[in-house]
Amino acid sequence: MARTHSTATRTRNELDYGDLRVLMSVMTGDEKHSEAATSTLDVVWTLYDRVLRVDPDRLEDPDRDRFFLSKGHGPMAYYAVLAAKGFIDPAILAGFSTAESPLGHHPDRRRIPGVEISSGSLGQGLALGIGSALALGLSCSAGRVFVLMGDGELDEGSNHEAIAVAGRLGIGRLTAVVIDNQSSTLGWPGGIASRFAVEGWATRVVDGRNHDEIEHALTTTHIDGPLAVVAEVGRKR
Amino acid sequence: MSETMRDRFTNVATDLLLADKKAVVVLAALGASSFTDAPSTVRSRIIDVGIREQAMIGVAGGLALEGFRPIVMSYTPFLVERPFEQIKLSLTHQGVHATLVSIGGSWDASTEGRTHQAPEDVAVMSTLPGWTIHVPGTSDEAEQALRLAHDSATSHYIRLSGDQNAASAHAQPGVITILRRGSDHGMTVLAVGPVADAVLEAVEGTDATVLYTNVPRPIDADGLRASVVGSEIVVVEPYLVGSSVPPVAAALSDRPMRIRAIGVTNPELAHYGTPRELRAAHGLDADGLRAALEHGIAQIAS
Repeated sequence: MARTHSTATRTRNELDYGDLRVLMSVMTGDEKHSEAATSTLDVVWTLYDRVLRVDPDRLEDPDRDRFFLSKGHGPMAYYAVLAAKGFIDPAILAGFSTAESPLGHHPDRRRIPGVEISSGSLGQGLALGIGSALALGLSCSAGRVFVLMGDGELDEGSNHEAIAVAGRLGIGRLTAVVIDNQSSTLGWPGGIASRFAVEGWATRVVDGRNHDEIEHALTTTHIDGPLAVVAEVGRKR
Repeated sequence: MSETMRDRFTNVATDLLLADKKAVVVLAALGASSFTDAPSTVRSRIIDVGIREQAMIGVAGGLALEGFRPIVMSYTPFLVERPFEQIKLSLTHQGVHATLVSIGGSWDASTEGRTHQAPEDVAVMSTLPGWTIHVPGTSDEAEQALRLAHDSATSHYIRLSGDQNAASAHAQPGVITILRRGSDHGMTVLAVGPVADAVLEAVEGTDATVLYTNVPRPIDADGLRASVVGSEIVVVEPYLVGSSVPPVAAALSDRPMRIRAIGVTNPELAHYGTPRELRAAHGLDADGLRAALEHGIAQIAS
């Protein structure tokens, strides 16, 4: 598959997908990770490896793509990808959540290069993404905005304000990725994608472990409105 | 009656949109109709998200992340209280800034009742680091505050009100001015924003000194220290009583002074009528202030 959007240059001694679990082990001390701890791993990796136009050497490039980790908890996979892609030094992973470390259990944009938003309280990221996307439009930037959320996070009502606003304002440069690991307390009868579709979003549902499926969905053309990609992980297929 | 603060806000915000391509107004339905006559060149920077205040602040935060300067306006409780966590996290915690402008305050929405009143706003906003809180006393002061806020690189909360003093302060926002000089032994009264005229009326015939500020936080500590007289200072604040005492106490912490506050003691006061009548029911018209000043006992919120 053509990787037209990848900015990954292999000259930086980048680590590869196979290295991510080792990097995560440095933070967690576990050899084997639970499904929940790695629920975002394949989506975040595919974004940074194949989709996002971002470069650790051009963190302030106004035309870069923005990745907002709205679901800020369980950020080990995110930190591992940032380390693998050269945004942070893999050596700092070992200090994860210690007093001297910039890496906490929820990411802080003011302390970590390449982290676009500080998150942790669920339901903040999508509205931030709308504001960022509106700004990029006003500035005629080439940048796009990708917001990663969780199906449990969707329980927060603030998301439903934001889903309606993004759909109704037709924000084409915005993509929401919802990691669906069935963690919503009361569930989403009819499916998560339908909540976005009814508000005018284009929607795709993919296997959240299949990189080709994730990439294909995230690069779907959606000029007139936002795109929601539901990435299912841990589902009994 | 001079131009209302709310009308002045619309005019000045439109001016700022015209003059600064990074200016953006974010609304949640309320106030959108007042911008319908805005020039077409600025329409794309007036964003109405509908009645969704969490989204309103979040969208403002996203715009600010990209270098825009959001001006966000709504009714006091729907601007400050309902989306308070978004103000804390989607603005302050992100390290980005905005100008938040509220209307309604403590008693302007007198017939609407408690749901549309937020005398707690100054206290609540005072819990967040780095915010400058403006309580302008006239439309001219409101304009000054909005322009100063927009040109700054920090966060500002501007509390507009229906009440206005007859004259504006002859100073930049926040600079403490002396409205009335009493004797060296009389009390000092610090009037915040639009209660200044009622304070001046209430102290007629006394030897009180009256100071004025339209920025209760951060307080002009040097100005306060230079102009306070006597051994007692009374803060008169048109919102929850005591909200502005901490910065005043800190500014005067090395002096043996008694500090009192007069403000809204009962936000649940069930009372309709005109704003003037509701303000009087809160005891913050000239008659109420005169009684409270003479009473000499500190108030606390009930």
